[in-house]
Amino acid sequence: MKFSVTVFPGSNCDHDCEYVVRNVMGQPVEMVWHKETDLRNPDCVVVPGGFSYGDYLRTGAIARFSPVMKSVADFAAKGGLVIGICNGFQILCEAGLLPGALLRNKGLQFICQNVYIKVEQTDTPYTNACKPGQVLKIPIAHGEGNYFIDPEGLKKLKDNRQIVVRYCDIKGNLTPESNPNGSLDNIAGICNEKRNVFGLMPHPDRSAEDILGSHDGQFIWNSILAAKVGVS
Amino acid sequence: MSWHVSVYVTLKPSVMDPQGATVQRALNQMGYKAVTGVRMGKFTELEFEAGLSEEDVKKQGDEICDKLLANPNIESYRFTVEKK
Repeated sequence: MKFSVTVFPGSNCDHDCEYVVRNVMGQPVEMVWHKETDLRNPDCVVVPGGFSYGDYLRTGAIARFSPVMKSVADFAAKGGLVIGICNGFQILCEAGLLPGALLRNKGLQFICQNVYIKVEQTDTPYTNACKPGQVLKIPIAHGEGNYFIDPEGLKKLKDNRQIVVRYCDIKGNLTPESNPNGSLDNIAGICNEKRNVFGLMPHPDRSAEDILGSHDGQFIWNSILAAKVGVS
Repeated sequence: MSWHVSVYVTLKPSVMDPQGATVQRALNQMGYKAVTGVRMGKFTELEFEAGLSEEDVKKQGDEICDKLLANPNIESYRFTVEKK
């Protein structure tokens, strides 16, 4: 399965994603500079974490106008798999590929720690290798991860079962204490209506090997590989 | 001479503003007990070529705010236009 990782000025998890896809998952991966428009015919595009354009104006606000994002939008419109991690999630929201927005963390601090997330939906290309309600230990590292959407949008997310992962405690309880950044309804990651675009604040790229403290991120990567097999 | 556009971007009332709340607490602790609300926003100054009509400046200002300066999901904007 072929992956392409977009690279913006200020991306800093692009090589983490490249490493996981190539060295841990054993799949071919191309790096695509933000000024390029050719995605190199991937099966899945990864929009990585980091601080694209220094987070100027709003996180992801300027990156969404990079030439590569037009190609990513076209690719997504055709049903291609697009996963945005952390800053990638913020970029996908700014680009309108996912609904809502990521606000400043409720406590105003940048948070870098392991969190637990509960898999709420398993019929997505990103969670099909998980059991319903499975709890994953995956780190976050962000200052703006506080998911917000208006009440109408939230209802739509719920009706269409687009809330894919939510912050929880180690047992899977959705408590206020386990919500690190004040996200609405403990939302950690969502997909679009067609389910081919997925964004999340936690880093499956930083949790794919035991040496890093958790290999739970592999469930996400394995799901993507299984999704491709399922299609073809 | 050129057109000066002053853009104010603020969070919508329904959006939580933890930064504003923190500043308000600080002000209250400093003794400004009468301050009952603080909302933080962004201020941007744009300059346009003088040759444009005021109507064009406003039209482009709206486009710029809709596309880039404000995120309609969470923010609203207003701006003033003056020639100087």
